[in-house]
Amino acid sequence: MAYLDHAASTPVLPETVAAMAAAMAQPGNASSLHAAGRRARRTVEESREAVAAALGARPSEVLFTGGGTESDNLAVKGIYWARRTADPRRTRVLASSVEHHAVLDAVEWLVAHEGAQVTWLEVDTVGRVHPDVLEAAMDDDVALATVMWANNEVGTVQPVVALAEVARRYGVPFHTDAVQAVGQLPVDFAASGVDAMTVTGHKFGGPLGAGALLLGRDVACTPLLHGGGQERDVRSGTFDTPALAGLATAATLATVRQPETAARLARLRDDLVRRVLAAVPDAVYNGDPVDRLPGNAHFSFPGCEGDSLLLLLDARGVEVSTGSACSSGVARPSHVLVAMGQDEERARSSLRFSLGHSSTPEDVDALLDALPGVVERARRVPVR
Amino acid sequence: MRLLAALSGGVDSAVAAALAVEAGHDVTAVHLALSEMPAALRTGSRGCCSREDARDAGRVADVLGIPFYVWDLAEQFREDVINDFVAEYAAGHTPNPCLRCNEKVKFAAVLDRALALGFDAVVTGHHASLTDGVLSRSVDLAKDQSYVLAVLTPEQLAATVLPLGGITKEQVREIARDRGLAVADKAESYDICFIADGDTAGFLRDRLGSQPGPVVDALTGAVVGEHDGAYAYTVGQRRGLALTVPAPDGRPRYVLSIEPVSRTVTVGPASALDVSRVLTGRPVWSSPRPLPLACEVQLRAHGMVHACTVTPSGDGWQLALDTAARGVAPGQAAVLYDGDTVLGSATVSSAA
Repeated sequence: MAYLDHAASTPVLPETVAAMAAAMAQPGNASSLHAAGRRARRTVEESREAVAAALGARPSEVLFTGGGTESDNLAVKGIYWARRTADPRRTRVLASSVEHHAVLDAVEWLVAHEGAQVTWLEVDTVGRVHPDVLEAAMDDDVALATVMWANNEVGTVQPVVALAEVARRYGVPFHTDAVQAVGQLPVDFAASGVDAMTVTGHKFGGPLGAGALLLGRDVACTPLLHGGGQERDVRSGTFDTPALAGLATAATLATVRQPETAARLARLRDDLVRRVLAAVPDAVYNGDPVDRLPGNAHFSFPGCEGDSLLLLLDARGVEVSTGSACSSGVARPSHVLVAMGQDEERARSSLRFSLGHSSTPEDVDALLDALPGVVERARRVPVR
Repeated sequence: MRLLAALSGGVDSAVAAALAVEAGHDVTAVHLALSEMPAALRTGSRGCCSREDARDAGRVADVLGIPFYVWDLAEQFREDVINDFVAEYAAGHTPNPCLRCNEKVKFAAVLDRALALGFDAVVTGHHASLTDGVLSRSVDLAKDQSYVLAVLTPEQLAATVLPLGGITKEQVREIARDRGLAVADKAESYDICFIADGDTAGFLRDRLGSQPGPVVDALTGAVVGEHDGAYAYTVGQRRGLALTVPAPDGRPRYVLSIEPVSRTVTVGPASALDVSRVLTGRPVWSSPRPLPLACEVQLRAHGMVHACTVTPSGDGWQLALDTAARGVAPGQAAVLYDGDTVLGSATVSSAA
């Protein structure tokens, strides 16, 4: 089995499992006042400190959540509501047109239900938002701007520091979805200048269902979840102590190992790209060839449907992604590729190969063993 | 064989796939997403293609331990089945969308795709027998679906596997229960899957708009009522005619014919519905026979069979029925049988 879908979820590190197992063996609610509660609370707060240290934030800036989707929703809706409450004219959201659905759909929900306007920030042919595009969209009515750190489909890395600098000049809070970046790129919350940042554990060897929103201490954010007042009153809910212990362990290891991981993955990825282009000469390498996630390779295979390629590779033990799927499993042409100016047919012909900490040269070999025959076979399938 | 199983989320296709796996075939499952706006949950016996059905199909594949994918054929389904359905009603015909779906989607788009991907055949949960390329009725005559499969060509049948032809619906449910398939007791779907509320007239009105016209009595030639769209009527219909002038003989009146250009719906006595001569368009022969031919014909799904003599007429058939058939509408399929064996199918163009 060759697993080339780390961007969907990367295997949990053994150290994460050990940390979670140890925490699960301890009873207690971290909000309780007795000894068991204090013990749990210590685990939670040490986890918070570890995540903060790994990501260049202060502990008070780390709000634990249930994962990337929740963090994105909390940032987009929460900051929108808080900014609009402070000044009712602020109803505009600036968002890149290549965001993950967790941002995209949250913005569209604000438009449909909360009187928001949206300016979708255009991208160039590799999927990058230029800072002057953000600057041109700035106005008095802007509630927040949100641009992802690195794209989950084509891997393009955004100029986050320059974008955040534009937002700062206009006094507009800037959120970035850094779900794909942690563990693959150096990520430093304070140095980046962003006001809010989404991260999630299962993309860097942590558990599923545990993530964080890093939120600057002066950034107002209206809660989605009301209750016990945990997490600066912004995100109530009993602490998932074992998951947070796992999240912290993985964050620490992933960021310590990041330079070495990135270098190794980039070499593997470059080898994969070279060999794919040699085997399928008309394949198109999508995204920024240089400023991209080291583990990401994304191609269009003209004359093929991504769906067919995926099925045929799956049957040969090679696990990849078409890059976008809705909850019912129906593949739609990727909004990312469409935003990058590709037509629907080419968008449907694409496939994402993503590498992570457990990837080996054998995984790449397995892909290249299968790919030429698979592409040839997929070309016979009538294109819809 | 490498087989592609089409899983609807219902019990029949689940058991068909299970039997194919147990027969030692290499089976991959797909669920066809046919609705562009799938409802989250299924409601009662109506509708299909809900996300719940996709989930049920996926759970069947999990239990059988076979790969599972969702194929989005909503666009194809809209063009070839839904649009055809609306256009046929607009032309005063009575279409069978299940038959059209088999002809254009399940055993065309899906089959073509399957063969191109390297599968040898598709396997479905239709209740019909298929042995050595010969299509025939299911042993469960109440569930027999050979009528809606008769439109398949010998080439299509050669790449089709129908594992359920030799067993009854009750046995299908038993097999599902034995195998731990959660869909074992799932409700049957009866109605047209893309008209979730069952209101066919309302569905057509939304698409074709108001097209008022007269209702004319065949015996007197008098206008006996008005209608809002001839598409809401089918030949043989009695209910919902809203006639304002009583019949001279006081007997119930039925829709005899629909003329789309003048939007005239003609009504008359039951006896006028009887036909003994049926003309069809170009046929599809699943088991070709020379003409003239004495055999049986079935003129609607789950309808009775009539002994008949088939002779050529233009591109199609002329069917001389031994006993009169009641209420035969253009657009229906005439399916020829020799006993339980399907010989071929053609669309009714006129009947008298």
